[in-house]
Amino acid sequence: MRFKKLGLIAAALATTVALSLTGCAAGTDGGNNNIISINGSEPQNPLIATNTNEVGGGLIIDNIYAGLVYYDADGTPVNDMAESITSTDNITWNIKIKSGWKFTNGEEVTADSFVNAWKYGALYSNAQLNSYFFDAIEGFSYEEDTELTGLTVVSPTEFTVKLTSAQSDFPLRLGYTAFFPQPQAFFDDPAAFGENPIGNGPYKLAAEGAWQHNVDINLVKNDDYKGGRVAKNGGLKIVFYATLDAAYADLLADNLDVMAGIPDAALKTYKDDLGDRAVDQAAAIFQSFTIPSRLEHWSGEEGALRRAAISQAINRQEIIDVIFNGTRKPARDFTSPVIAGWSDALEGSDVLDYNPENAKALWAQANEIAPWTGTFELAYNADGGHQGWVDAVINSIKNTLDIDASGKAIALFSDFRTEITEDTITAPFRTGWQADYPALANFIAPLYQTGAGANDGDYSSAEVDALIEKGNTAKTLDEANKAYQDAQVILLKDLPAIPMWYGVSNGGYSTLVSSVEFGWNSVPVLHNVIKK
Amino acid sequence: MVGYIFKRVLQALPVFFGTTLLIYFMVFAMPGDPIVAMFGDRGVNQAVYEQLRAQYHLDQPFLVQYFYYITGIFQGDFGTSFSGQPVGDVLAATFPVTIRLALMAVTIEMLVGIGIGLFAGLRKGKLFDNSSLVMSLLLISTPVFVIAFVFQFVFAIKLGWAKPTVSGAAGFTELLLPAVVLSTLAVAYIVRLTRSSVIETSGQDFVRTAYGKGLTRQRVVRVHILRNSLIPVVTYLSIDFGVLLVGATVTEGIFNVPGVGRTLYQAIIRGEGPTVVSFVTVMVLIYLAVNLITDLLYAVLDPRIRYGK
Repeated sequence: MRFKKLGLIAAALATTVALSLTGCAAGTDGGNNNIISINGSEPQNPLIATNTNEVGGGLIIDNIYAGLVYYDADGTPVNDMAESITSTDNITWNIKIKSGWKFTNGEEVTADSFVNAWKYGALYSNAQLNSYFFDAIEGFSYEEDTELTGLTVVSPTEFTVKLTSAQSDFPLRLGYTAFFPQPQAFFDDPAAFGENPIGNGPYKLAAEGAWQHNVDINLVKNDDYKGGRVAKNGGLKIVFYATLDAAYADLLADNLDVMAGIPDAALKTYKDDLGDRAVDQAAAIFQSFTIPSRLEHWSGEEGALRRAAISQAINRQEIIDVIFNGTRKPARDFTSPVIAGWSDALEGSDVLDYNPENAKALWAQANEIAPWTGTFELAYNADGGHQGWVDAVINSIKNTLDIDASGKAIALFSDFRTEITEDTITAPFRTGWQADYPALANFIAPLYQTGAGANDGDYSSAEVDALIEKGNTAKTLDEANKAYQDAQVILLKDLPAIPMWYGVSNGGYSTLVSSVEFGWNSVPVLHNVIKK
Repeated sequence: MVGYIFKRVLQALPVFFGTTLLIYFMVFAMPGDPIVAMFGDRGVNQAVYEQLRAQYHLDQPFLVQYFYYITGIFQGDFGTSFSGQPVGDVLAATFPVTIRLALMAVTIEMLVGIGIGLFAGLRKGKLFDNSSLVMSLLLISTPVFVIAFVFQFVFAIKLGWAKPTVSGAAGFTELLLPAVVLSTLAVAYIVRLTRSSVIETSGQDFVRTAYGKGLTRQRVVRVHILRNSLIPVVTYLSIDFGVLLVGATVTEGIFNVPGVGRTLYQAIIRGEGPTVVSFVTVMVLIYLAVNLITDLLYAVLDPRIRYGK
C-alpha cells in the first residue's frame, strides 16, 4: 500500500522531468550552413545606435546599419551612404547622400533619417549615452533641451551641419555608431524598437525577436544593401558568451566560426592550437596609468621629475613578455600604431625607455626639492584581470627606485570609476582608451584637453589646448596630425599619464571559414567571411 | 496534513519579506555606482547620468527604492534590466533551463549514487565496496571546475561526443555533459551516505524479523532495508537540488548554459538591483518549497513520522 504511494511520487517526478525536457527545441542550427557564428556579449542597453557605447551592442549595430561612412580594415573611412562630405572652413559641412537606399522595412533613407536621429541622440532629456558625440554641433546643450540648430535639411538627399568651432576630423567621426540614421518607427516607440531594430546595413535581424536575451542574436543578409560592405555569407549568428574560455572551447571544436579575443589561459598555446588560423595584430588600444597632479609629490617641478623617473623605472618589454606572453607592444606615444599619423620617434619619447640609472638620478633630484614620503600605490579594478601586470609594474618601480610600492585593488569596476570621477581616489590608477574612430585626435582631445570628459587626471595645459585647437582647425589631415604630434611632445614632458603599451587584437577562426580579417578596431570584418 | 502545509506556507511570508529587504539592502550597499560603470572608461556625462539615476530610482533613499520595487512585484512587475528587458522575462527564460539541468543532475545522482551505495553496503568490505570508496574520495577531492574543464576537453573537443557549450535551446542532449559534471560531487557523497545507512539498517531488528518471516532477500532489501536507509539520502538530495536550482555559477559559466547562475553573476557585476533581488527572491521561494516537499517525503518513507493532526 505504502509502496504504491512511493511509486506515485516517483511517477510524478518522472512526469515533471519529462515535461521540463519536452520544453526544449529539437535542433540548434536552422539548417542554413552559410551562417557565420561569432562570439559576442549580451548588449548592456537596448539596441539604439545613440545609446550603445560598449562592444556587445556595438558589434550588432555596426552590422545592421549603414552610416555616412564606414571604416575599412585599416581604418580608412570609405563613403557608405554619403555621396560627398565637404567643407571650406571645417565649420559648416555639406553632406550629400545617395538616393534610393531603404531601411529593411521599406522606408526610404533620406536626409531627415539622419538629422532626426542625431537630434534625438543629442537631446538632453533623451539621456543617450553617446550624446557627447554631438556636442560640437551648434545648438547642443548639456543642461537643457535645446534644438540642434546646426542641422539643416536642404533636400531629401542633402543636409548641412554647422559646428560651434572648426573640427578637421569631423568626417572621420561619421562612421561611429552614434551617427547612424533611424527610420520613423524608431521615434514612435524607441523602447520597443531597441528590441527589434530596423536598419539599412549589410545585415538585418532574422525575424522579430531574433535577439534572444543572454543567448544569441541571429542576423541575415540584407539583399537591399547597396554599399561597399555587401555580405559574402548568408548571415551572422552572434553568440553571447559569459567567458572567453567557453567561446574558445567552441572554437577548438569548430562550433564557433570566428572568435575575437583569446582567454588568458590560452594565450600561451593558441598559436599552436590554431596554427595559421590564429590572429595577432596591433589594435587601437592605448593603456597607461594616470597620476593626478592633486596628489602630494606629483605636481610642479618635483612632479615632472618623479613622473619621468617612474616612466623610466618600468621595464615594459619584460613585463609584456612575462605577463602577456608578448601580446602587447611597448608604447612609444599616446595613441596607437594602427592610426594614420602615428609616430614612434616623437621628440622626448626616450622617456618611455627603460633606463634605471637615469630613473634613480631623476628621483634623487626630486628628493632634493622635497623628500619622498609614503608608498607608491597603483590602483586598479580587481574584476578586470589587471593584477598581474600591476604587480609587475610595482616590482619594477620598487626594485629600480628602492621605494615602498604596492598595488591597490578596488573590487569592482563601477566602484573604481566612481572614485576616479569623484576625485576621491588617493593613488595613481590604471587608465585605458579604445578609439571610437581612427584619428589621432580621438586619443588626445577627450583625455588631455582642459575639462574634457575622460580627462581623469584633471590635466590642464594651455599649450596642449592650443595645439588641439590648431589640429581641429587644420585644413588637411596631415596638418592636423602634425599638431597632435606636437601636442604629444608636450604630453611626453608633462606625463599626465604614463604610457604603458598598445593593445593587440587576438583571435582566431575555425576550419570551416576563410577570408577572416580583423579591422583597425579589433573587430572582425564579418561581411567578408566565407563559409567553406 | 493540509493544515500543516498551510502553516508552512504562512511561515514563508516573513521569510520572503525579510530576504528581499536584506538582499535589496546588500545590493544598495554594494560599492560603486552602476550608472558610472555604464560609461566605461569614457568620462561621465553628468546630464545623462542624473537622468539615468532618476530612471532607475537610484537617486532615492533606500526605503523608497525598496518600496518601488516591492509594490512593483505585487503588480507582477519585477523591474527592468539595463538592456531594457523586463526582469520577469529574464526569470522566465533562465529558470526552466536551470530546473531542467538540476533535475537531470539529481536524477543521475539518485540512480548512480543510491545504486552504487546500496551495492557497496550489502557487500561490506568486498572489492566493490573498497573500489567505490576510492572512487568517491577521488571525486570529492577534485574541484568541480577541474572536472568540468577535463570533461569539456576530452568529451567535447577531443572526442567530439558533445558540443563544448550549450546553445540557447538548452536541450536534453546538450545539457547531459554539464549535468554529469554537476552530479559528480553529490554522487560521491550519496554513495558514502547510502552505504553506511544500508549497513546500519541491515543490523536492525525489523530486518531480522523480515528474514524470519521467510521473505526473499530481494524483497527484504527493497522494502525494508532500502526504504529505511533513504531518509538521510533524501535530505541530502533535497538540499543538493536546492543548491543546483539556485544556479551552478561555475559550471554554467564553463559550458555557457543560459541559466540562473550565469545570469545572476552578470547582474551582480553590472549592479542591476532589480535583477539580482528578483532572482534571489525566487531562489528563496524555491528553497522553501523544496524544504517543505522534503519534510513531506519523510512521512512517506518512515511510517513513524506523521504531520499535523
